[in-house]
Amino acid sequence: MRVEGKGLIDRSQTISFRFDGKTYRGHPGDTLASALLAADVRLMARSFKYHRPRGALTAGSEEPNALVSIGRGAVQTPNTRATVQEIYDGLEAHSQNAWPSLKWDAMQVNDLVSPFLSAGFYYKTFMWPRSFWEKLYEPLIRRAAGLGALSGQSDTDRYDRAYAHCDVLVIGAGPAGLMAALAAGRAGADVILATEEARAGGRLLAEIEDVDGRPGPDWVADVMVELDSMANVQVMLRTTVTGAYDGGTYGALERVSHHVAAAGDAPLETFWHIVAKQAVLAAGALERPIAFRDNDRPGIMTAGAVRAYLNRWGVAPGRRVTVFTNNDDAHRTARDMVAAGVTVAGVIDTRAEAPGSDDYPVFTEGAVIGTMGRLGLSDVKVRHEGGERTIASDCLAVSGGWNPSVHLTCHMNGRPVWREDIAAFVPAEGAVPGLIPCGAANGVFLTAACLADGVRAAETVLEALGVKPKKLSLPTASEASSNMEPVWHVPGKGRAWLDFQNDVTVKDITLAAKENFRSVEHMKRYTTQGMATDQGKSSNMGALAILADVTGRAIPETGTTTFRPPFVPVSLSALGAGARGAGFAPQRFTTSHRDSVDRRAVMVEAGLWYRPSYFPKGGEAAWRTSCDREVGYVRKAVGVCDVSTLGKIDIQGPDAAAFLDFVYANTFSTLKVGRVRYGLMLREDGHVMDDGTTARMAEDHFLMTTTTAAAGEVMQHLDFVHQCLRPELNVRFISTTEQWAQFAVAGPKSRDLLNRLLDKPIDGESWPFMSCGSVSVAGVPGRLFRISFSGEHAYEVAVPARFGASLWEHLVTAAEASGGGPYGMEALNVLRIEKGFITHAEIHGRVTAFDIGMGRMVSPKKDCIGNTASRRPGLIDEARERLVGLKPVEPENGLTAGAHLFGPGAMLTPANDQGYLTSVCWSPTLKTHLALGFLKYGPDRTGEKIRVKDHVRDVDVICEVCDPVFFDPEGGRVRG
Amino acid sequence: MVKLVATSPAAGLVPLRHGSVMLSEVEATHITSVAPLDGKAKSVSAALKKAIGAEFPDPNRMTGKDGARVVWTGPGQAMVLGPEVALKGAALTDQSDAWTWLVLEGTDAAAVLARLTPVDLRDSVFEVGHAARTLLFHMTATLIRTGAERWEILVFRSMAKTAVHDLEEAMRSVAAQAGR
Repeated sequence: MRVEGKGLIDRSQTISFRFDGKTYRGHPGDTLASALLAADVRLMARSFKYHRPRGALTAGSEEPNALVSIGRGAVQTPNTRATVQEIYDGLEAHSQNAWPSLKWDAMQVNDLVSPFLSAGFYYKTFMWPRSFWEKLYEPLIRRAAGLGALSGQSDTDRYDRAYAHCDVLVIGAGPAGLMAALAAGRAGADVILATEEARAGGRLLAEIEDVDGRPGPDWVADVMVELDSMANVQVMLRTTVTGAYDGGTYGALERVSHHVAAAGDAPLETFWHIVAKQAVLAAGALERPIAFRDNDRPGIMTAGAVRAYLNRWGVAPGRRVTVFTNNDDAHRTARDMVAAGVTVAGVIDTRAEAPGSDDYPVFTEGAVIGTMGRLGLSDVKVRHEGGERTIASDCLAVSGGWNPSVHLTCHMNGRPVWREDIAAFVPAEGAVPGLIPCGAANGVFLTAACLADGVRAAETVLEALGVKPKKLSLPTASEASSNMEPVWHVPGKGRAWLDFQNDVTVKDITLAAKENFRSVEHMKRYTTQGMATDQGKSSNMGALAILADVTGRAIPETGTTTFRPPFVPVSLSALGAGARGAGFAPQRFTTSHRDSVDRRAVMVEAGLWYRPSYFPKGGEAAWRTSCDREVGYVRKAVGVCDVSTLGKIDIQGPDAAAFLDFVYANTFSTLKVGRVRYGLMLREDGHVMDDGTTARMAEDHFLMTTTTAAAGEVMQHLDFVHQCLRPELNVRFISTTEQWAQFAVAGPKSRDLLNRLLDKPIDGESWPFMSCGSVSVAGVPGRLFRISFSGEHAYEVAVPARFGASLWEHLVTAAEASGGGPYGMEALNVLRIEKGFITHAEIHGRVTAFDIGMGRMVSPKKDCIGNTASRRPGLIDEARERLVGLKPVEPENGLTAGAHLFGPGAMLTPANDQGYLTSVCWSPTLKTHLALGFLKYGPDRTGEKIRVKDHVRDVDVICEVCDPVFFDPEGGRVRG
Repeated sequence: MVKLVATSPAAGLVPLRHGSVMLSEVEATHITSVAPLDGKAKSVSAALKKAIGAEFPDPNRMTGKDGARVVWTGPGQAMVLGPEVALKGAALTDQSDAWTWLVLEGTDAAAVLARLTPVDLRDSVFEVGHAARTLLFHMTATLIRTGAERWEILVFRSMAKTAVHDLEEAMRSVAAQAGR
């Protein structure tokens, strides 16, 4: 219920929202949990395994129970913590893991059979019979257990990622964090203050406590005014720092729009990479529950959360409140409740000495030994000094002390250190370089000490930065200590819950220890304790203490489990922001792209590039028809193809030729100016890396081309060779792939076509095969190369890319007028297979120059990358799988790349494998299917019959081994 | 008579405005890569200074002024933006058509860029006149700060569409969050 005159929220405005279809009202500043509790809704969820009724345990991001789904359909967000979700007008929240309803959940039968579902149950029970696991048990278990579900639709919400840089990152905006930010900000450092809350202040918003003589929230407001006024301080609200990484990099999740109804173009979440020279961890502490029988009913909460709901949100989570504690701190809950006019039915304190009260009974040496209430707490059973009793109560505030939030300090393998005096783990010194823990996160719990510790942390980081701190007077604040005496659980019958999110009980931990899973890491995996989305924030300490107890060890020798990033769940949508669909990678378009698409070309991805596969013409139903026609253009008339995607590298300098001699297997220093040569590049291990042509434009100027696929790899390789292996060579190179639009003009009529566009016509004498040079293309300075990848009389013409689209259109129009036209990748592939030219289908990384019949290109007269390695006996063995052509005996029999080769009479076993096919096509020129492939002893077996068998695609064809050059082996046409 | 028509890399994609930020394309001009040969760094720098009034820049820096800049793009390599240059002692390569040359300007321009590049863009670190070879989301880019709220961005010509798309998404996001 709402308590008049309490809370820091704006009660003048009312917001309406829905939970499970029912309308509720709340106020700006309310979380879903606070608004539901104000409406006396305690039941918010069903548990993971046993479908136990559960309500909010906490008031923060550590919440294990109150998980709900927000929205429906594509924008549905599951597993949202009701304690974090702020309400807005029209918010739609739904409970999860319950059917048909939260109050009547059919799967609660799981709870009745719970004696059989203890730790290790799955491992023991579902082992046999084996086939049942996949078919029966797993689907059943998966349906019965679980939290929220994804919609199954593509998420249409927007997400963002961003980078931020600062001198000091302050994590947490409680008293320690605020003082650290203030000290660092006043000293002039660039500060980012990140808090996962919608409002700065931390526990000061949840307590009745003065700071500097004013109520805590007022002091916070004053500090925030000052921080906001500093240009060097950036405050990031609703931003959880989720991980600490190398080099002062932190991951952080900003909940940008989860709290607004209509976000417009703003993202739902932004994932930040924050790079900080220094950081201050002021993440506070998390209150730990005490385990006792049936301690999971809605209405049982941490004592600090109960105070937070009252003091920050003006909500009493119950009308008759009881408190169960082992420390003084939780007595504040009782006092605050009484002061607000709420009945306190009693405080049960485990200690012999406890603060007394005139307003409520205090039961010392007490313990809660049981609770009642089906869908919410109704009574608390208490054993205390001198007796037992049952107390009617609808809210039980529990406190077992506080655990410093050491999580981020563990992200780089740091192990927290046990401090006996506060019975808690604190961060190890220097656990994350440059990250200084302070305040409650550092085991400093008193408010006054937190304020001072924040300043100390700031001074430490400022010193590391070499920034002089400004004098800063410390505000006065409470110095009350909590006098905690550790109690982890109340022994007795029944189930005492530890891990609420994964339904792990004290008995499960005991069982694990009994079955010899005594290591904390084994216990964790056996029981699943701490393995839910809350990473065991409220259960790890208790489980560890119980494991220590039953194994007869002290807590520090029992160890700790490892906290890993992220600190809170982070959606994959936020991590992958912007990379959905086509955002996955940049798209590269050639200058002819638009015209090709206009011509209805079917585009295919080649790396990041988009290239036309073929250009269908009206009436052509199959790609093969289009492809055959396009092959015909080149063989009979003239075809045009955009080859701009091939890598082009401009190489200059007095040692350019020497450099090429070193990176290519063959020699380039002998190439004449104005001529082009085919080159083969090897890797250091002697295998083929790439091939292409290189043109000599001037004595000290070459132009290398690479394949489309290996353009980046070759550029990187050249950089490596020059910088690391041959730095003495005076050579410079740079990619010019993007500068030039380059088109292949191929076919018997290619020269005629070009002469219509070139300002100075060319002839066979001045431009023989493998010549190159500058030309003027319709007034634009360009380059011409007489090279051929089709075996026809062909050229490649290049102009600066701005003229690419225009030249393409002129070339295609002219080609069409000559009985030709544009051709795509399919035709290009057929043309090169007919000629036995290789691509990366053949030079796939495992073949040598010897394998592809180019062994003699590896010049013995000079050294080159891969030269020595390529001569290893194993790489020049005649028995290697070597390049051959294959032609089916029946020309109509189709072949598949990837099919394997066998002797005609041999069994089809791996031992008899003779090789494989790499490229196949139907040759419209030769009216037969063709293939290139690798066969043991290769060319030595020319004329033999070989069986092509594809076990996957049901191809079984007898082929004849032949020379890979199927068409025009004399090469007369290319010189024509 | 055939006449070839020039098309700019971002034609039809820009200009764009979202909130305080404007994205536009620099009109086509000359871009030439300059890589001094061994032992020629000083003489090339002096020749550049004489020819266009801007010397060879230090790493992550730019020299010159609007219309005639030299921007560092890698070890021993810089791009002359604006005038056509002819120098001795350096490998010169025409790159005029290789780059999509964009300008992002406005109050929130740095906030937009911070969604796409990991580089530290703070005034105290990335000053006017500084340059960086870095990432623009998934692609490499050269980033130049030419004014307090003005950035020039060079990305591959072929990636113009993706670059403008990525920038526009960031512009929309920042505009929607401005004043929140």
